[in-house]
Amino acid sequence: MTLRATLAAVFATTVLAATAAATAAPLKTDLAHSSVSALFKQMDVPVESKFTRFNAQIDYDAAHPDKATARVDIDTASLDIGSPEYNKEIAKKTWFDAAQFPKASFVSTAIKPAGAGKLNVSGKLTIKGRTQDVNFPLSVKPEGGRQVFEGSLPIKRLAFNIGEGEWKDTDIVANDVVIKFRVTAAQ
Amino acid sequence: MQRYTTTAILLHWLIAALIIGAFTLGLVMTDIPGFTPTKLRYYSWHKWAGVTVMLLAVLRLLWRLRHRPPALPAAMPAWQRGAAHGLHHLLYVFIFAVPLSGYLYTLAAGVPVVYFGLFKLPVFLAKDPVLAATLKGVHYWLNMSMAALVGLHVLAALKHAVVDRDGTLRRMLPGRSTGRST
Repeated sequence: MTLRATLAAVFATTVLAATAAATAAPLKTDLAHSSVSALFKQMDVPVESKFTRFNAQIDYDAAHPDKATARVDIDTASLDIGSPEYNKEIAKKTWFDAAQFPKASFVSTAIKPAGAGKLNVSGKLTIKGRTQDVNFPLSVKPEGGRQVFEGSLPIKRLAFNIGEGEWKDTDIVANDVVIKFRVTAAQ
Repeated sequence: MQRYTTTAILLHWLIAALIIGAFTLGLVMTDIPGFTPTKLRYYSWHKWAGVTVMLLAVLRLLWRLRHRPPALPAAMPAWQRGAAHGLHHLLYVFIFAVPLSGYLYTLAAGVPVVYFGLFKLPVFLAKDPVLAATLKGVHYWLNMSMAALVGLHVLAALKHAVVDRDGTLRRMLPGRSTGRST
């Protein structure tokens, strides 16, 4: 390889790397300071339950918010509704069917800035093998050198076949569920 | 012999029916295996019944403080009077303690009570699984103790009605009065 060719290659690599850095800024998620929970009503009693195992990958650069991407994977068997006995029950076929569908996922398709500290997120939510297009607002704020992404997304559990058979009765467990999340991530 | 006031009689039997209902429902619902809509429905009904007992018990206590119960039969021995008073006091304590322990248990379990699905009742205890496990045991044993006391109460009433035939039970039964206390 001639010196010229080597220089050209080095130059090209540098430019590529720089471009890559501008478009993608993967953040390191701090799971200890992140949470994903499901809020629902059981005979009109509000219940907040947490998914204890999940992972979130966010590519976000405050200078280029529209280039951001996000992906969240949740262990469906990890929802804690307050009793170990019931937690086992809702992992079964009637609810999450965690044996067949161990993960629920959200993958962003478009993220648009919507004012200071706000983003509008569109993406695909897949639970129990069913995918739906969803849109929801997200707030971003820096906190101690890290970014905190917070938002909530209302869904209908029956659209994902969560709660089959006699559980389709929404008088007992309401159809409306709000997925609330908070992801703390650093560069 | 004088009877209790109509209000006292009404409250006594209403609370008795609710306590027996809630107690039975408590045994049935905890016996349902797994996770079913019926189970959740029974839990809610059980809590509503318990809260109702507590509310009626407040009215009953206020009423009792302002209205002396009719006298016991003159022939009743002193020890029986003492036992009757002691047992009645204990029952009043349990009428409050049992639903209160259940209420605290459900708060510690992180499930507040929404009365009849309409009113969210006060949450003054944070979710605490360790405390919830303790309160579950407390609620259970208070119930079993109360069941034993209610058993004694019923046996004593029946003894007065069947063996002594002294009109003690009739004081708490509805019917045409031959002289009702005020």
